[in-house]
Amino acid sequence: MPKTVLLVGTRKGCFLLTSDADRRDWEVKGPYCEGWPIYHAVYDRAGGTIYAAAASEWHGTTVWRSPDLGETWEQSSEGLAYDDGGRNLTKVSGLTVEDGRVLAGAEPGGIFASEDGGKTWKLLSRLEGHPGRAAWDEPENQPPGHLGVPAIIPHPNDSGRYLAIIQGIGAFETTDDFRTWTARNQGLRADWPREYDDVGFCVHKLVRSPDVDRLYQQNHVGMHRSDDGGNSWTEITDGLPTEFGFAAAAHPHDRDTFYVVPLDPGHGRTMPDGKAAVWRTQDAGNTWQRLDKGLPQQDAYLGVLREGMAIDKEDEPGLYFGTSTGQVFASRDAGDSWAEVASYLPSISSVEVAVVD
Amino acid sequence: MAQLRLPPTLPPLFADLPRRLDVDAPTVVDAITQLDERWPGLLDRLCERGPALRQHIHVYVDGRRADLDAALADGSRVDVIAAISGG
Repeated sequence: MPKTVLLVGTRKGCFLLTSDADRRDWEVKGPYCEGWPIYHAVYDRAGGTIYAAAASEWHGTTVWRSPDLGETWEQSSEGLAYDDGGRNLTKVSGLTVEDGRVLAGAEPGGIFASEDGGKTWKLLSRLEGHPGRAAWDEPENQPPGHLGVPAIIPHPNDSGRYLAIIQGIGAFETTDDFRTWTARNQGLRADWPREYDDVGFCVHKLVRSPDVDRLYQQNHVGMHRSDDGGNSWTEITDGLPTEFGFAAAAHPHDRDTFYVVPLDPGHGRTMPDGKAAVWRTQDAGNTWQRLDKGLPQQDAYLGVLREGMAIDKEDEPGLYFGTSTGQVFASRDAGDSWAEVASYLPSISSVEVAVVD
Repeated sequence: MAQLRLPPTLPPLFADLPRRLDVDAPTVVDAITQLDERWPGLLDRLCERGPALRQHIHVYVDGRRADLDAALADGSRVDVIAAISGG
């Protein structure tokens, strides 16, 4: 019988939460990966392998892998390095699995691939193929902060075509398997000075709807929708309590339904007024509904990071998010109601959901 | 032979790696490189590109702070220490 598995990356290792198809009762296992901080964990259904991106202040960056749902783990960082200019790779921010290849987005910005199941890695791109890259890639020209590649999003029907985010710079698309890049930031807003026309935007999260041309994004300033595959963006923030947040999810069967977790934009970056809520639009961002049934409504200063929310592909999708204070909340009814399924995990960086046969 | 002592966070990463072992090497970096040949990837856990010791890894030879080029003598004790801060 298929199992539903949540892969939870935390500051103190990777955890797995397992349920049956009913998605009501969850068993927590972990911590895995020797307690290393895990920034993103994903499941390769074809190969049956879990990959977990890790960065330790002591021992550097690596990617863990488990071929048996957490029973055994190995790690490798062979090839995860930059050869030029003395820049050290400080973190793997995001992982993507597709067609037998594992892609890793790194900090500072770069994309690596493994074609041997995570044993070795090879640098694919530092976005050299973007015409303005030499200028914006200079550290002195970049905005402050950690500027890596947190997301690499394959096109479902077009091999070699991907969207990628560089934090503080913007969204980019390649159609020739990482050789050349085009900025995809037209219509986005920035509340800070920008030196270049097509970059300088802070894209937090990009998600694709079941309509390949319909994309949504949570930006540092506002929610946005694209109806042309990311070529242009329209802001859809009106109706939300704040314009800031990290996590986002698109409904797997309805192009007009999209979820976000608005947060206070200051230092706190937690849910406004200490009242937990996910917000949903069912009309492509024209109106928004607050979803808080079963979520704490008092003194709940919860943060949810960029990879902290996931949605499964069931007919009635399950929605899941993990918090900076170690709770995992799950909804079996597309966000209408919620249950707390783990309460005391370490601070959570990422949540992904997989169906395992 | 130098006596090498590794931090407890390393052995779980590499099969059969002990915390204490003897190494016949002229310098600290040679000793770590020898270990990397037997346990591939170990160098990367202790050193950044260069190689240079990672920020939160310190090495002591016979009780004194040392860098990668420090010479080892027969009987030297080499302690590799990960940061003692953090929580």
